[in-house]
Amino acid sequence: MRTINQFLNKIREINQRYSKPTVEMSRAVKISLAVLRVYLFLLVVLMVYKFITVMNVL
Amino acid sequence: MDFFSVLYYRFKKVWKAVRLYLVIAGPGLVVMIADNDAGGITTYAATGAKYGYHLIWFLLLLIPVAYYVQEMTVRLGAVTKRGHAEAIFESFGAFWGWFSLIDLMIVDWLTLVTEFVGMTAALGIFGVPAWLTVIIVVLLMSIIVLNGRYWTWEKIALGFCLLNLIYIPAAFMVNPSLSDIAGQGLIPNLPGGLTNELFFLLMANIGTTIAPWMLFFQQSSVVDKGLQEKDIKMGKLDTFIGSIITVSIAIFIVIVTGTLLHGTPIDDAATAAKLLMKTNHYVGAFMAIGLFDAGLLGAICISLASSWAFGEIFGWAHSLNTKVKEAPWFYISFFITLATAGVVPLIPGAPLVLITLFVQVIAVTLLPAALVFLILLLNDKKTMGEYANTRLQNIVSTLIVVSIIILSTLYGVSALFPNLFQ
Repeated sequence: MRTINQFLNKIREINQRYSKPTVEMSRAVKISLAVLRVYLFLLVVLMVYKFITVMNVL
Repeated sequence: MDFFSVLYYRFKKVWKAVRLYLVIAGPGLVVMIADNDAGGITTYAATGAKYGYHLIWFLLLLIPVAYYVQEMTVRLGAVTKRGHAEAIFESFGAFWGWFSLIDLMIVDWLTLVTEFVGMTAALGIFGVPAWLTVIIVVLLMSIIVLNGRYWTWEKIALGFCLLNLIYIPAAFMVNPSLSDIAGQGLIPNLPGGLTNELFFLLMANIGTTIAPWMLFFQQSSVVDKGLQEKDIKMGKLDTFIGSIITVSIAIFIVIVTGTLLHGTPIDDAATAAKLLMKTNHYVGAFMAIGLFDAGLLGAICISLASSWAFGEIFGWAHSLNTKVKEAPWFYISFFITLATAGVVPLIPGAPLVLITLFVQVIAVTLLPAALVFLILLLNDKKTMGEYANTRLQNIVSTLIVVSIIILSTLYGVSALFPNLFQ
């Protein structure tokens, strides 16, 4: 239990440390990150769809 | 100055540059040659067996692709003194950082499993049982890493890189026709037109040339080695030589299987080695030894890429220059990653085909993100200063990255839905 708490505290500390991105948020950076989010969302949707179809076959 | 004085002066200058290169060489050579891992050897063997020498020209195109992507990690590592995982966390925040780190862990572990599959299959040809191969590999790699010095680790890794050149004598032993290689291989052509099968194999070749772990590994390696801004030039040269060697090895594998197995369907490199043994015992044995070495090199780099990334984010000591007592979590994470991946091929009925599929698909989620972050980081003038990407570098690297993203996405999607492009 103590180890789990220590681990969770460590995660919180990391989240705190890196809470603010240091890169200058220019338009190019913002667009790139937005496109990346959409791309990854679509990939996850495809993977979930594949998972569901495979489970249905099984 | 007389002629001999000029000659002596030039020799001294060149010799000094060579010595400097030998000191700095390592990260680029190791990452590039380790890129020809067990999966890579299978892809090249299948390429040669299916299309003979016809796709050698395509492999040559991969030299600048591999170089331009990897040299950016050299600059980034030498200037920021941070690994790729830490650079993503710091520059883009915790969300993208965790996404990259967790994705890297999954991809690395799954890829490690495929390396063990390759190594056990390779030594299985010589009658070594799989469990013994796994024990030997885990022990060997632990000994290499636990020596407590980056320099020693790197030199041992370079020794294994040297063994990867075994495909060169193998290619000469099969007596290929040089005129056929030049005529069929060096002139761009698509044998039989752009079929689904050819397209899938081309994408597989690209996928095996640029893998997500390579970005993380080389940047962390540059940092652990302690390269500075002044070493960037030699670091880039190291990467360039590495990219030439890795593609050359790939071509020699294509020549071997293209000469002896042309027209034979190949599912994996171990099968190719067994088939080659029937024609030429030594060539088959070389193929098997090379496959084992490729798996070992891949495993060395991949497991380290994960441990370095973990250490960077969790703030643990994470250098090969530290002893176990000084960096226990770094070595524990290395050992756990290695041992758990090694056990999987020993499990009867383990879903190895599914794992291979997952490697391709999950790599597709990480690779585009890691490449986009790489270009954005290289454009952060505040951090990179004079080493930031120039306009020309941006044009070239963006073209390469966009092409890789499109092709690797198609590769991943076609792995998920094999009938989609038929």
